[in-house]
Amino acid sequence: MKRLILLVPLAIFLAVAVFLYRGLFLNPSELPSALIDKPFPGFELPAVEGDKTVSLADIKGKPALVNIWATWCISCKVEHPVLNEIAKTGVNIYGVNYKDDNAAAQKWLKEFQNPYQLNISDPKGTLGLDLGVYGAPETFLIDKNGIIRHKFVGVIDESVWRDQLAPLYQALVDEGTP
Amino acid sequence: MKRLLAACVIGLSLIGVANAAIDTYVFKTDAERMRYRTLTEELRCPKCQNQNIADSDAPIAMDLRAEIYRMMEEGKDNQQIIDYLVARYGNFVLYNPPVTARTMLLWYGPGGLLICGFIVLAVILIRRRKKAAAPIGLLADEQQRLDALLTQAPLDKKD
Repeated sequence: MKRLILLVPLAIFLAVAVFLYRGLFLNPSELPSALIDKPFPGFELPAVEGDKTVSLADIKGKPALVNIWATWCISCKVEHPVLNEIAKTGVNIYGVNYKDDNAAAQKWLKEFQNPYQLNISDPKGTLGLDLGVYGAPETFLIDKNGIIRHKFVGVIDESVWRDQLAPLYQALVDEGTP
Repeated sequence: MKRLLAACVIGLSLIGVANAAIDTYVFKTDAERMRYRTLTEELRCPKCQNQNIADSDAPIAMDLRAEIYRMMEEGKDNQQIIDYLVARYGNFVLYNPPVTARTMLLWYGPGGLLICGFIVLAVILIRRRKKAAAPIGLLADEQQRLDALLTQAPLDKKD
């Protein structure tokens, strides 16, 4: 009994060490989205290209990535070629042009290719607010019913896509074809 | 020296003032202004995580301040505004998080540790008292043996 009490400090040390060790690999800028497994918020906004209004119905039906981007966002420029590559493999990508100038967005899409099936213009950031966006780029993964299944904050690079997002997207596609 | 100290104190007290972001919102009453202030100071900026949205200059904090002002103008109460933001950004935005299974340790951990400390202290004190209560000196048979030894000693002495 006496001997066991001597081990208490060691046990406390180990517990603290485990917590601190875990803390080393947590990314504090990554917040869990409050919207996981919730429906994508409704919206009525103009498209970036063409004179039309888009709404939630336009992005439902197929699993897709919804990418929040802007021309003022420097990391979006880094991400853009990767999105182009992903789009080439047949993945559905929708864009939300967040708090941006439409003319600049159109120029950007012309210059760097357009990986988006559809681009929603959100100049005031209202859709962004409903989505809990706090910086670009952010990417949501939605299923065919328009339910948000995953959120990724930051630049999607090849390894992020290959290791994290592609398997999730594939799972959603498989879900749709039983 | 005293002057220098006074200057430092005044300078430090100004830091808080200088940090606060400047917005020009017009409020109907002073009570509303105070409500806006407490709300924005209680909510955390999702982008610049160690600042509240009152202090932050991040674009998202500006948007959230505008949104809070808009909701206040619409006559929403504090709980409605907080619920609105939590629905979008999660409990993360609260500097005063609710008690849930996940925050249990945060809320009750320190109290639990304090109680543990008191228990350990009590055990130590009780033990010490027990030790103190034990008779100091020798028991009856030990005393007898000692006396016997003492009286025998000279006999055993060899010159």
